[in-house]
Amino acid sequence: MAKKEYSFYPGCSSQKAASGSNYQVSVDSMCDVLDIQLNTIPDWNCCSASIGYAEGGELPRLALSARNMALSEQHNAGQDIVATCAACWLATRETKDRLLHSEHLMKETNEALAAAGLNVKANQNVRHMVEVLIEDFGYDALGKHVKKPLEGIKIAGYVGCQTNRPFGIQGESFENPKYLDKLVETMGAEPVENYQKKVSCCGGALAFSEPEKSQALIKDIIEAAYDGGADMIVTPCPVCQMNVEVYQDQINSKYKTKFKMPVVYYSTLMSVAYGKDFKQSGLDGQVIAPNKLNAIAKK
Amino acid sequence: MSANTAVVERYRNSFLKEVEANVEEGQWVKMCMQCGVCSGSCPLGPAWDHPPQEIFMMIRAGKRDEVLTSSSMWMCTSCYNCIVRCPRELPITHIMHGLANYAHRLGIAPKNQPTRKFAKLFWDNLSKKGRVNELKLGIALYFMNGLVSGIKTALKMAPLGINMVKTKRMSPMEYFGGHGIKDTKGLHAILKKAREIEAAKMQKF
Ligand code: SF4
Ligand code: SF4
Repeated sequence: MAKKEYSFYPGCSSQKAASGSNYQVSVDSMCDVLDIQLNTIPDWNCCSASIGYAEGGELPRLALSARNMALSEQHNAGQDIVATCAACWLATRETKDRLLHSEHLMKETNEALAAAGLNVKANQNVRHMVEVLIEDFGYDALGKHVKKPLEGIKIAGYVGCQTNRPFGIQGESFENPKYLDKLVETMGAEPVENYQKKVSCCGGALAFSEPEKSQALIKDIIEAAYDGGADMIVTPCPVCQMNVEVYQDQINSKYKTKFKMPVVYYSTLMSVAYGKDFKQSGLDGQVIAPNKLNAIAKK
Repeated sequence: MSANTAVVERYRNSFLKEVEANVEEGQWVKMCMQCGVCSGSCPLGPAWDHPPQEIFMMIRAGKRDEVLTSSSMWMCTSCYNCIVRCPRELPITHIMHGLANYAHRLGIAPKNQPTRKFAKLFWDNLSKKGRVNELKLGIALYFMNGLVSGIKTALKMAPLGINMVKTKRMSPMEYFGGHGIKDTKGLHAILKKAREIEAAKMQKF
């Protein structure tokens, strides 16, 4: 298959020494196998996620995403914009929709961008990496590259919020999407059937500002994974990954639980199944070691 | 405006009009049919004094202060449950963000609301250099309630921080430089212009 190229929006959490840096490592490994070339949008900026609203306001927020889109149109013309972070994808796609929907907003946004000599047309598709995998490759094609099937691992597919709503993945339902389970199966592992908390909220950015309330949500997400017999949780979102993995010590001391549930990315699973080693799969970035996955990666 | 619409306009309460004019997606509020689906969808529902359905009803009832000084909208986790479920397709998430932003802009949002503080820190952090510096953001966050509580939080969070450093997902060096874009000047100019345009659109009530 010919090389596929995309205009890549990596997002803040993917940066070196940031919370999702291991996500980026595994995405690079996965793309290497699939012959995907990610052309990073030059000088991309933060999208302000879903927490920029208080100080930001509508137009400044739209302008942030529009700047990235303008740079992408200029430097990576003709390619789809692809994001790996759910919040980045959502903010950018929402901006595209609003600009195309409202002449006013398009005009005002371009007035703002003109202050830096930029102009946006919003003429590129804005997609999540998972969409690329499913729509541009498909499960069969993804399965063909599997060298080490992830046999004997049971995985809870935690889709979360923003990869799923309001846009979601074409052909999947909001309340019970199946694509993560199918990906897990494609990699040779066993998905937890009917994982009850698959689309529940982890608190998002409020894990910082309302830690106790958010940790109560996270606790339920982990508990349901244990209930389903999961060895680990898999997610397509860096916010979900961080929230569900790193607060387990605090949850344990508060709720007297004994959680030690690893949380990995779909790209981690795919890298290992595609024969990449421990480091290339970003496994050195796990705070809670996914032992069964590590064992396969080290084999 | 026809004579008839003029009469109708006079009878519409002015807070609804204010929301329609000044709040992001505010023109949707009148479409709410009070079914309550959104209120049943909020992950932090029990913490909201007034869940979305109630907020919409209060806007129509003209309860300006109660709505704008409420901490409810600040409990929105942006989970988008409500949006995909609302039978009237109201962009509820954005209206909640819009109300929070408007209250913040007017200076009447609850002062010590933690998400309000965090959202402000986040924006300041990103708008300065164009990208978020997670370490500085985290440290500012610990200390947002003052020094003593900051030290307590920092100690409580220390094991987490050490885990993140060990796995190279956080770097102490970031504090002295770290991430940013090249064209900060351009970005600042864009944001300044966007703010000016938006401020000029605000209507007085
Ligand atoms: S779900 Fe929609 S129509 Fe129903 S109460 Fe909420 S906003 Fe109103
Ligand atoms: S997006 Fe906000 S308002 Fe809507 S259900 Fe989630 S928390 Fe509630």
